[in-house]
Amino acid sequence: MVKRKANVNIERCVACGVCALQCPRQAISIHRGCYAAIEESICVGCGLCERACPASAIELKERELVND
Amino acid sequence: MTKKKKHWYSYLWIWSIVYFSLGFFNILFAWLGLIDFILPLIFAIAGGNKWFCNNMCGRGQLFWILGRNVGCSRKKPAPKWLSSKWFRYGFLTFFMTMFGTMIFQTYQVFAGADSLRKAIKLFWTFRLPWNWAYSASPFPDWVAQFGFGFYSLMLTSTLIGLIVMVLYRERTWCTFCPMGTMTQGICKIKEKGASK
Repeated sequence: MVKRKANVNIERCVACGVCALQCPRQAISIHRGCYAAIEESICVGCGLCERACPASAIELKERELVND
Repeated sequence: MTKKKKHWYSYLWIWSIVYFSLGFFNILFAWLGLIDFILPLIFAIAGGNKWFCNNMCGRGQLFWILGRNVGCSRKKPAPKWLSSKWFRYGFLTFFMTMFGTMIFQTYQVFAGADSLRKAIKLFWTFRLPWNWAYSASPFPDWVAQFGFGFYSLMLTSTLIGLIVMVLYRERTWCTFCPMGTMTQGICKIKEKGASK
């Protein structure tokens, strides 16, 4: 299980879609033109989106541990 | 790294360059910039999305190419206020006011109260002579006046975008782009209506 995941601050997100273009796993979509939505099961926490985001609205966060 | 699939619309950055080149030689081509105003609004109003910004914006693509691929960006996080709501809506208001002023100038030429000025105004302040880009045409003078005004607006906003691209991240312009703010606003209103 990967330890980190991208987390979007939807209040700051401007829905420009740069993150979605950068994501190598297509884990990001722009929800109805309002904000970036991350599919957490696909996200591997690589941080490419975080570094591309012009609004600094994406942060990598530790995943909560899942018992499996 | 795996290469992402490229679409025809991934090359619209070329359009941005073509647009400014055409307007350099003939200002009437400036009218074509209206496409970049109308298309995002159609996507937002009819589709409730920012597909234009997300996939088609030639200016955004150009900033990405120059900033990331050519390496002209410091890639530093921009100050928070630059993408804050008050600044975004404030800039939109300012931009629309200047757009209105430009329309009024066009109207004055149309009404004969003012004559055609073959000049570009940069940053709403600095007047650059641009008289080579227009001689005579079958169109009335106000058509050319709008061209000069609209080209000024497009060039100014692109220059602002380039400055913030160099200083901060590649597509920092997108955070306060008036079209982006407007279309996101429309999408948010539509989403609220849909979830009710």
